[in-house]
Amino acid sequence: MAKTESSFKNMVLTLLVISLVASFSLGAVYNLTKEPIAKAQQQKKENAIKQVVPEFDRLEQVSVVPDEGGEAVIVNKAFKADSIVGFAVETYTDKGFGGQVLLMVGFRPDGTIVNTAVLKHTETPGLGDKMDASKSDFPNQFRDKSPESFKLSVKKDGGDVDAITAATISSRAFCDAVQRAYKAVRKEGGQQ
Amino acid sequence: MNQMQNFTKGLLASNPTLVLLLGMCPTLGVTTSAINGMGMGLATTFVLVASNVVIALIKNLIPDKVRIPSFIVVIASFVTIVDLVMAGFAPALHAQLGLFIPLIVVNCIVLGRAEAFASKNGVLSSLIDGLGMGIGFTLALMVLGSIRELLGSGAVFGIKLIAGDAILVFVLAPGAFIALGYLIALVNKIRKA
Repeated sequence: MAKTESSFKNMVLTLLVISLVASFSLGAVYNLTKEPIAKAQQQKKENAIKQVVPEFDRLEQVSVVPDEGGEAVIVNKAFKADSIVGFAVETYTDKGFGGQVLLMVGFRPDGTIVNTAVLKHTETPGLGDKMDASKSDFPNQFRDKSPESFKLSVKKDGGDVDAITAATISSRAFCDAVQRAYKAVRKEGGQQ
Repeated sequence: MNQMQNFTKGLLASNPTLVLLLGMCPTLGVTTSAINGMGMGLATTFVLVASNVVIALIKNLIPDKVRIPSFIVVIASFVTIVDLVMAGFAPALHAQLGLFIPLIVVNCIVLGRAEAFASKNGVLSSLIDGLGMGIGFTLALMVLGSIRELLGSGAVFGIKLIAGDAILVFVLAPGAFIALGYLIALVNKIRKA
């Protein structure tokens, strides 16, 4: 087959056809994968909630706007037999080393932290990514602590948190997100 | 050149990373651990093979003056398909590699092979060329990732081999350049021997 000549008509036609085929196939793949993707993300969120609060049978979502402004934080109230067993808070911080960090932090009704889970982060691999429980023990130090008595900032800043080696900024960001979650629970969960 | 040579040339003789020095951005960026390097390599291999085959098929229909934009559209489409399919059906793998998948579009190995090989050769040769180049890229990234992970955090594929602190700089960007430099020197020595 001879090579198509580079005339104006041929060029326009070729690009048009290629773009059309590409956009149709992408549209088809997008439609096919839309549902599984949404399901996978929902699953991930639910797993994170299960990880951070005691066993529950019903969830109730409230979004809480922080006093100091910024985006709303979503508080998932977990109920078991109609009594509240915990709060799973989807919180965030913009102070991460590589941008926004999303965390799920679970609290008991009395305000102590049950557990934390990282939903999304873009911290440096090998350094800041140790905030993930699968990579280091850093997040474990928050378990069973009450932010009332456990000061949520790194030791360098006069707090009680052992920072990740060589990732002080990531550690600070983590504390910031947990602090924001705690404030939201206080505001939403009242006086306990 | 026979098909065997088409395949093996990507492994060492003209390894895309260590000899042609193409695609340095993902090479330096993602090789902080062996598993990252391998995942990036395999995803790139898939795109490389698919785009090489399609381009070899349509090469005669594309006028010369618009071949680069045409190739880019084909490559970008495949990358997006990989991204979507992975997110939908292998969310665990996607969580590990998601960040790097869109980067494949700008990997000049893929465009480089489309331009230098697939647009001049038949479908079968292009497929084999893509496979060889892809595996060569994967191997290079895996070796570089293993070296950096071992020196930088004392582990390979997440398995701790050396206890205690390691040489942190190898996990960071400067370490990538240092490790890559020595690796290229070593490969040059082997090739010339």
